[in-house]
Amino acid sequence: MNGEALRLDGNAAGGMLSEIFVPDVTAARATCANCGAMREMGALLVYASGMGMVIRCPSCDAVVLRIARPRKQLWLDLTGVKLVVIP
Amino acid sequence: MATRGASSVIAATPESPPASRAAGIAWRLATVVDVVTETPRARTLLLDVPGWPGHRAGQHVDVRLTAADGYQAERSYSIASAPEDPRIALTVLRLDDGEVSPYLNDVLRSGDRLELRGPIGGYFVWTVALGGPLLLVAGGSGVVPLMAMLRHRAAMPARHAVPARLLYSARRWEDVFYREELARLAEGDETLEVAFTLTDAVPPGWTGFGRRIDRMMLAEVAWPPAEQPHVFVCGPTPMVEAVAATLVELGHDPARVKTERFGPTGGS
Repeated sequence: MNGEALRLDGNAAGGMLSEIFVPDVTAARATCANCGAMREMGALLVYASGMGMVIRCPSCDAVVLRIARPRKQLWLDLTGVKLVVIP
Repeated sequence: MATRGASSVIAATPESPPASRAAGIAWRLATVVDVVTETPRARTLLLDVPGWPGHRAGQHVDVRLTAADGYQAERSYSIASAPEDPRIALTVLRLDDGEVSPYLNDVLRSGDRLELRGPIGGYFVWTVALGGPLLLVAGGSGVVPLMAMLRHRAAMPARHAVPARLLYSARRWEDVFYREELARLAEGDETLEVAFTLTDAVPPGWTGFGRRIDRMMLAEVAWPPAEQPHVFVCGPTPMVEAVAATLVELGHDPARVKTERFGPTGGS
């Protein structure tokens, strides 16, 4: 199975993101730290695995956000996002 | 990820997260109040969810199953019911190699309980207040969140101010969800048009489309870009991406073309 067929939308990360952010962030606008493109989080690309999700910028394919659930912990890597604006 | 047999999967009591993670959308125990067979491979679960805060059409829930050994599997399912319906409807397509859908399809019965959290997602949502025209493009079980939008629209007196079109692609006629309800909605509403395309086989006398969704079909069915429709596309990832790219080529504003990819197989 190729990775492209496994691609989902940022919407699919909404449940896991709700464990961290109180407001819904799938409708929030995120600015990619790599290329500066600003998109609603729901329009970003999600690659999901059993461990967690990698969320990429649809403009430049850079990793915007990673969220994982190793054991009972919750990990969030935000190095790829410059700014999140929650409406 | 190991594949577990459906029989080893049970719905568990919600586990409390650590106090530091008590925020967020709560896991709730839903009760199955009815089950409707949609197609040979799909059923709708009608759920009573105590404390349900209400949802918007297009949102989804996460369903969590816990095996006796503590192994958990989570999947997202779109909500099929309108916000106006007090019961939450999930239509689940059975995937033979799925971890979750065989349990939801074969095992769950009225009175059983199911752990879920939601509603989730504020991106792929539509309300009558957002206006139209509305263009919905569905591939297979991708029709589910779009059906919530049509049911919501049908429940609103202002629906005639929001013309809507649904283009629904399925393999065969018997795979089409909500056939009678879609026919009824379209019959009683001059501002709603429903078009089907069947990609594998068409029944005798078929007057709809009989091929995969392509540029010519979209040009025929979609509103002209100048009318600035709100577009929602939901289905398997390759189909969604092909449709969204074609709509943008036809001149639709990418910001108004919202997508919900179901992955390679249409959810599991």
